[in-house]
Amino acid sequence: MCRSMSCKMHKKRNRTKIILKIRDKMVKKNMQILEGSRAAAEAVVLCKPALTVAYPITPQTHIVEDIAKFIADGKLTAKHIEVESEFSAMSAAVGGSAAGSRVFTATSSQGLALMNEVLFAASGMRLPIVMQVVNRALSAPINIWNDWQDSISARDSGWLQLYCETAQEVVDTTIQAYKIAEDNNILLPIMVCMDGFFITHTLEPVELPEQKNVDKFLPKYKPTHVFLDPEKPMTQGPFAFPKPYMEMRKQLSDAVDNSDKMIKKVHDEYAKTFGRKYGNGLIDEYKNKDKKTAIITMGSLAGTVREAVDAKDDISLVRIRSYRPFPKKELRKALKNADTVIILEKNIALGTGAGALYDEVRSTFYDEDGKKKILGVVCGIGGSEVTVEDVKDIAEISKKKKNGDIWWLMK
Amino acid sequence: MLKQIRVHGRGGQGAVTSCELLAIAAFKDGKYSQSFPFFGVARRGAPVMAFTRIDDKFIRLREQVTKPDYVMVLDPTLIDVIDVHEGITDTGIIIVNTSKSPSELNIKTKAKVVTVDITKISLEIIGAPFVNTPMLGAFAKVIGEVSLKSIILAIEEKMPEKIAKKNIDAVKKVFEVTKL
Repeated sequence: MCRSMSCKMHKKRNRTKIILKIRDKMVKKNMQILEGSRAAAEAVVLCKPALTVAYPITPQTHIVEDIAKFIADGKLTAKHIEVESEFSAMSAAVGGSAAGSRVFTATSSQGLALMNEVLFAASGMRLPIVMQVVNRALSAPINIWNDWQDSISARDSGWLQLYCETAQEVVDTTIQAYKIAEDNNILLPIMVCMDGFFITHTLEPVELPEQKNVDKFLPKYKPTHVFLDPEKPMTQGPFAFPKPYMEMRKQLSDAVDNSDKMIKKVHDEYAKTFGRKYGNGLIDEYKNKDKKTAIITMGSLAGTVREAVDAKDDISLVRIRSYRPFPKKELRKALKNADTVIILEKNIALGTGAGALYDEVRSTFYDEDGKKKILGVVCGIGGSEVTVEDVKDIAEISKKKKNGDIWWLMK
Repeated sequence: MLKQIRVHGRGGQGAVTSCELLAIAAFKDGKYSQSFPFFGVARRGAPVMAFTRIDDKFIRLREQVTKPDYVMVLDPTLIDVIDVHEGITDTGIIIVNTSKSPSELNIKTKAKVVTVDITKISLEIIGAPFVNTPMLGAFAKVIGEVSLKSIILAIEEKMPEKIAKKNIDAVKKVFEVTKL
């Protein structure tokens, strides 16, 4: 046998050894290769909702199809309502949740826009509905591809919004979302956001937690504030005069602002139980020690940025996982040493000349020393591709830009 | 090491299934893999693409494959319409389903071109020109990044028994006749 480490045979053996190691790890961790939509639907099954309600829309369709099939096959015991529009979907979700059930729905783009009126009812009534939002561009013109315009446009609705980078994170975040939403100190609806196609239509390795462990982490929903009891009838979300209305809005605002602690707490508890974590639950930093230039983004685009960070020594990534509540405190801490902050975002807040994150990040640093160069890049609109090369180029271009510059990545 | 694969086909030919089966098979071999379609509106007959990535670690890249190591072409008439070799690495391999020899095909590339008449085999064994799955036999033979055994396991998992059997027979036949 040859003893040289550079010999071909040796290399091949070593490679085989590494592969076997990975295989062992994967088998141990009970990993499977699944379409993102399928993984999202499997996570819903693990959460055991009593009611699922949805109207199909590309690219959310596979999730709803899978859930309907799981219910038909007896894998999930739930009432499934196929409605005639998203307005009805959210209305039924509100009804089901107000009656005291754990409720699930999913939508995308125009569907989320059509739900808009009822989104405010759900948060105003403090109903812990969990909705998977498959991010897609808004019409017109019609475009089925990914950007964040749909959920960003619902940012002021009182729903918490968590953005996921991988199919695995969708699974983990969906389970966490119910635990956060249903806590008596929170009682808020949550959107679990994932990039259409990039996550939903991609096959990738995912570990599904075991049902018994999920049951322990997320026990049966026992509502104490709302439930259907004919012996004890109650009215929910009725008319309110200005004074109580304003009081309730203040309470809602405080609840959203204060939910950051619960998001972190549930995230940490999940990490302890299931061994996976995403930064501190609110933001996720990558190679962010002592870097002068940081890139802020959300969702699956973070994967691309990670590749760019590995290829360049002078940039880092700060991924926003919780967009609502907005993690001001965490961003200030994470970007303390950065003198250039580049925000890559797949949305445009029309009339402000920038994406929605841009103004929020700038306002976050308004009270700081004022020496940070904060740059905005609108990219990936309507499914336009953002590549690793693009991110590297943006990092180079940023050196010549001045504070406050905003540009579109046009290709 | 990261390996990137691009499959060219026509809408309805099952390029997405080729890539999915390949990713599942690679995963069964103990590697990390990823597969996704070209995010478009596919019409029957129009040129389409699908992609697979295989690596020893979790794949974070989500852009389309523009610099493939390997390319598979399900329909030879695509060669006249699009540059199937676009971006391929010089050490790459292109497998084309055709009755012609590599020199008869007008592919201007330094990459190696391999041809095999999969349509003929599919017509004989499956009884229809379904080439997307049998093509994987050629991949296992000349590229070897994924084992024939795992490809067969992936087919068994994904297809109903009767259809799976015919496809597996075709895969084995393609594996046997394909030469580098």
